[in-house]
Amino acid sequence: MSEAVLALEGLHKRFGALTATDDVSLTLRRGEIHALIGPNGAGKSTLIAQITGNLRPDAGRVLLDGEEITELSVAARARRGLGRSFQVSSLAEPLTVIRNVMIGVQAVSGHSFRFWTPVHRDRRLLEPAMAALARMGLEHRAWTPVAALSHGERRALEVACALALEPRALLLDEPMAGLGPEGSARLTELLESLKQEVPILLIEHDMQAVFRLAERLSVLVAGRVIAHGDVDTIRRDPRVRDAYLGE
Amino acid sequence: MSATLFLEQLINGLQLGTMLFLMASGLTLVFGVMGLINLAHGSFYMVGAYLTAAVTAASGSFMLGLGAGLLGAAAAGALVELIVIRRLYHRSHLDQVLATFALILIFSEGTRWLFGASPLWLSTPEWLSGYVTLPGDARYPLYRLVIIGVGITVAVGLYLLISRTRLGMRVRAGESDREMIGALGIDISRLYTAVFALGAGLAGLAGAMVGALQSVQVGMGEPVLILAFVVIVIGGIGSIKGALLGALLVGVVDTLGRVFLPLFFRGFLPPSEATDVGAALASMLIYILMAVILAFKPKGLFTVND
Amino acid sequence: MLALLLVLPVAADLLGHPYYVSLASRLTLIAMAAVGLNLALGYGGMISFGHAAYFGLGGYIAGIGAYHAFDATAFMGLLPGSDNLLVLWPLAMLACGLLALLIGAVSLRTSGVYFIMITLAFAQMVYYFANSWPTYGGQDGLPIYLRNQLPGLDTQDPLTFFLICFTGLVLAMALTSRLMGSRFGAALTMARLNETRLATAGISPYPIRLLAFVVSAVITGLAGALYADLNGFVSPSMLSWHMSGELMVIVILGGVGRLYGPLAGAVLFISMETLLGGVTEYWQLFLGLVLLGVVLFARHGVMGWLAGRESPGREPHE
Repeated sequence: MSEAVLALEGLHKRFGALTATDDVSLTLRRGEIHALIGPNGAGKSTLIAQITGNLRPDAGRVLLDGEEITELSVAARARRGLGRSFQVSSLAEPLTVIRNVMIGVQAVSGHSFRFWTPVHRDRRLLEPAMAALARMGLEHRAWTPVAALSHGERRALEVACALALEPRALLLDEPMAGLGPEGSARLTELLESLKQEVPILLIEHDMQAVFRLAERLSVLVAGRVIAHGDVDTIRRDPRVRDAYLGE
Repeated sequence: MSATLFLEQLINGLQLGTMLFLMASGLTLVFGVMGLINLAHGSFYMVGAYLTAAVTAASGSFMLGLGAGLLGAAAAGALVELIVIRRLYHRSHLDQVLATFALILIFSEGTRWLFGASPLWLSTPEWLSGYVTLPGDARYPLYRLVIIGVGITVAVGLYLLISRTRLGMRVRAGESDREMIGALGIDISRLYTAVFALGAGLAGLAGAMVGALQSVQVGMGEPVLILAFVVIVIGGIGSIKGALLGALLVGVVDTLGRVFLPLFFRGFLPPSEATDVGAALASMLIYILMAVILAFKPKGLFTVND
Repeated sequence: MLALLLVLPVAADLLGHPYYVSLASRLTLIAMAAVGLNLALGYGGMISFGHAAYFGLGGYIAGIGAYHAFDATAFMGLLPGSDNLLVLWPLAMLACGLLALLIGAVSLRTSGVYFIMITLAFAQMVYYFANSWPTYGGQDGLPIYLRNQLPGLDTQDPLTFFLICFTGLVLAMALTSRLMGSRFGAALTMARLNETRLATAGISPYPIRLLAFVVSAVITGLAGALYADLNGFVSPSMLSWHMSGELMVIVILGGVGRLYGPLAGAVLFISMETLLGGVTEYWQLFLGLVLLGVVLFARHGVMGWLAGRESPGREPHE
């Protein structure tokens, strides 16, 4: 499995008597979108937190490009190239769009202990940030405060912020949340065009988007991956239907 | 001699601890239920002491004074809550700190204006000024034991109040879910006023009782307030149990440190230097204790979900 | 505003009113201490209620240096005293930086109310330590009989000393401005506005905050060293929590996280103290009322009111 950019190996996490993550293994390969789906309460958030570094697993490993990152902090994982977006917007509202993106460029182009050069004239920050915005079709909004953006633009900006890290793998947590059909379709297109550059682990409720985008799917129920395969396999799997109908 | 001294100082520490608990329980309740950090809590301590001193002097009855101190501080608390504090619940902690700092200035200067700058004196009533004989033939002031007794009574009372009564149920609900309690249609503003007044009353009671041990003066609440902060930080902000344990810990460690650290340094330093170094270190002891506890438990000993 | 602050004392000196020159020095130093606090509180969102610790420590370094220089003894029997400000200033800055590193390292592990109370508690620790250590005056404080010296300048001259203080304030403000425009400033701003975003962008908030806290303490500490020399006296009151509270009030009155906020706050504070203090000895009662009014009804301080809008990149946090 050398082509796995991101790999989870036998992750376990318990909270008291509750097993939130039960022996979860999955991989994300170069050039693919791997969707992780599951009903509410399946343990998706707990799993995401272990991938991003907000929680430590009780057992198991997380690997990024073959290097173990299980014990690294959130920031260290991001520097290694794990980009993520949030289900609930996590942008700095009063700042301009470009400022939100530049902070990500800052981390990968050196360190933040530079005290003299003003950032607003630093081309090594501005240019990559503009490029990331352009990828998501937001370059014309660069100097607008985030607070003035539409919901759809915010969702796209979340992804642009992650792209600023020049990530090796992207973890998108319900990027379509709250988008109308039109916005959802536009974001689907943008993600489609991204996956050749950076593989995406997609957590999403919008099944239309999932079935269109994902090469492979994993279905998480009660902390376990109960099914795994391509779109057709998952669609036909009776266990998946049970899990969703029993919700 | 050493065992007797130790026992005596241990009881002194418990007395300081119970007094701190009276302060800290109000602070931690107000924080736990309303999410408010109240610097002006020390002002209610001062109000309690002044009212007790004034009413005792006027009426000649310490008990009457004590009642006035307790109720007066609670009334002052209710008033302050209605006028100022309730505007702060949804504000940032910074706004809360500043507004309650402003209240301290207003209370302190107002008191100085009314009562003058020189301290008032309040003595323990005769029937409480006796001594009790401890094991080892040491004599211990009865009044200090009474303070411990009052502290324990309040602790038990608070425990019963919170675990057994409807008010307590609401307080617990408030701790775990502030939105929920509002959604259930419980009149939350009256609950908040009541909790704040209760905290203020307990602070006033502490001030009134300590007023008879020390002088009653402007600013007397502030050192106690900061000790109470240390207590609730150690115990876990919002936790009554934590406040009790933290208060006793701080009371005992502080008292014993002040007595025994200088003695300890006398073992290997010349006496005058040992006293200086010991006293200086003893004054820092509880803060070091706090730092050590926080290094292991950044949210205090008893964590409450916030 | 800075130009006015420069011109008035020069005029006062020429007209022969040294009292106003030293009042201006006092204002300048209080403003400078508040500039330090503003870096942590305003720009970094770290509500430090213990900056008096650095203000006072800076003052004590000046005082202790002068004390040992005066009677030619040595600090702890090791270090000789000094009355040379070129020695004392770096020493004060170093000491405050180290103290802030220790206090910050513990305090910044926590957040919210815990941070407020812990910074307050540590400052009280320093306060009680100074109170109970009799070598340097204990609660009575320590006089500085002769103002410490700067080679080539007469620091005893009120105007010269004012100009030194003024330079300090300008440098502190310039440093703050430059710092906040830099990458470090961008990271600190993001640490205040959205810690999650910062960590997700690959930058750990903790070291950024810690460094800002230390720099903030160093500025306040240097202001404290100058303040002790101005007064010819240092006592535990410089370390007291009232001092911390007043510095905080000044930052808020002026406008949090604004470059000129601390100066505006200091002007307002010193004016109130001088004008109201002349009328009634209970002027702090009115200070309390004004402060309460500002917090409840005018939340963006004087500079916010003057600018007529919220400062860029500010929002109520927590």
